[in-house]
Amino acid sequence: MGQSDLILQYFLSGITKGSIYAVVAIGFNLIYSATGILNFAQGEFVMLGGMVAVSLAFFLPLPVAVAAAVVFVALLGGLLELVFFRRLRRHSILHLVIITIGLSIIIQEAALHVWDEKVRSLPYFTGNEISSMHLFGAAVSPQVLWVLGTVAVIVVFLHVFLKYTMRGRAMRACSSNPDAALLAGINIANMRTLSFVLSAGLGAMAGCVISPITLTHYEMGSGLAIKGFSAAILGGLGNPMAAVLGGLLVGVLEAFSVSVLPAAYTDVTAFAILLLVLFVRPHGLLGTPAGESVREF
Amino acid sequence: MLLQVKNLRCGYGSLEVVHGISLHVCPGEIVGLLGGNGAGKTTLLKALVGLLRPWRGEILVNGRPVHNQPAWRCVSNAVALVPEGRQIFADMTVRENLLIGGYHNAYRRMDVEMVLERFPRLAERIHQLGGTLSGGEQQMLALGRALMARPKMLLLDEPSMGLAPMMAKEVFAEIVKLKDLGVTVFLVEQNAAATLAIADRAYVMETGEIILEGEAAELMHNAAVKRAYLGKGYKEIWE
Repeated sequence: MGQSDLILQYFLSGITKGSIYAVVAIGFNLIYSATGILNFAQGEFVMLGGMVAVSLAFFLPLPVAVAAAVVFVALLGGLLELVFFRRLRRHSILHLVIITIGLSIIIQEAALHVWDEKVRSLPYFTGNEISSMHLFGAAVSPQVLWVLGTVAVIVVFLHVFLKYTMRGRAMRACSSNPDAALLAGINIANMRTLSFVLSAGLGAMAGCVISPITLTHYEMGSGLAIKGFSAAILGGLGNPMAAVLGGLLVGVLEAFSVSVLPAAYTDVTAFAILLLVLFVRPHGLLGTPAGESVREF
Repeated sequence: MLLQVKNLRCGYGSLEVVHGISLHVCPGEIVGLLGGNGAGKTTLLKALVGLLRPWRGEILVNGRPVHNQPAWRCVSNAVALVPEGRQIFADMTVRENLLIGGYHNAYRRMDVEMVLERFPRLAERIHQLGGTLSGGEQQMLALGRALMARPKMLLLDEPSMGLAPMMAKEVFAEIVKLKDLGVTVFLVEQNAAATLAIADRAYVMETGEIILEGEAAELMHNAAVKRAYLGKGYKEIWE
């Protein structure tokens, strides 16, 4: 394998993982814009999506199992908002963020009890482990195309939703100016719930498509949350589309770090990016200093 | 009576700001509420639309009590507030701002055209982001956005604040024109002269209480109005 092939291989594996980080980062952004909360349980939605789909796939056809898992996790996300965040709204945002960390731990432990600590995976959507396609000289599993395609669909769907539907516009209005949105007759409490439903559903969808490649494990959520968070910060918090850029960048940098650092250090890359961005450019690549940044905390 | 407020008390935390206010607005009127900074005008308006829960007293719209309704229900009572500082959705286009104003209005696409006809300057900027408009344009947008809900009554919180005199004049002219839409106006202002010139009646508020009410023409010549408008020290210094 030549040098350029190797680079292409790194790059492809980078954008595959990166696109999953992007979905997690989008979830961070949706909830952050609508509620001001940084939801560190975001990674658990990805894990739950994969786990539920794996279990359902035993007795349901794969597409049905995936769809059902997405719906289930989306509803669970909405339920968490209703039970924990709607009632505790009068507490400070910091309290709510800490609650999300607690929820993340609870969901993880619950998953451990329901599914045990074994690594599972969904079957490949098309083909199997050894089938591969050649793309610009690199060997690519068809599942990679599923991942990239799904993430692309998610991004387009979200763009259309936020930009061209009344409900999506209302959601943006809520994050832009909550009081003015209330005065226009928008029930912002429901919009907050909707943001949780959407984030959870999208996360679960990502968890399903990535499952055949990275496998699903009860502990995978917290790592994803940190990486998705890094991606969201890198892109610029408050902008779901910037999150896509952030996610892909984190994924690609992580993949290439393998060529210069020992493989055990891949996770360090995301943390290094996170710290660097927070020090140098806390509003992210596409954010503006006047806009929202994590400095608020 | 379109709006009736009975002995309303409210405030923030343990601090009472509005100390038992009663007032009313009849259909078709332009009613002014004058007062200096810190008189409690904005607090009163917040209570009227449900952004602040009244501690005591009643708010009736068309005879129906509304003081226990959440703020997002306000527009369904056909009452719309143009808030202090305009509160435009800065990162959304002018068109989107208007559409959001008509969130519960099934004919919002049609009404956008109506608003644009009223404010031609908004039509020129229809695809610009709200935050890029000038202060006066933003005030027009805030007014247009409130009209998108097809309100029977419009509450305006200091629409001339921060505007150049020319622009303020234009805004007041637009408020007078609301009469031909059949919209009743409750105008909260510090600019006493301009408000009394267009209002039918007015109330004067000071430190959370109504100290004076009457026909606009009468109030125009009242020393207490000047005092309320210029602040408490006016009396000692000038009279």
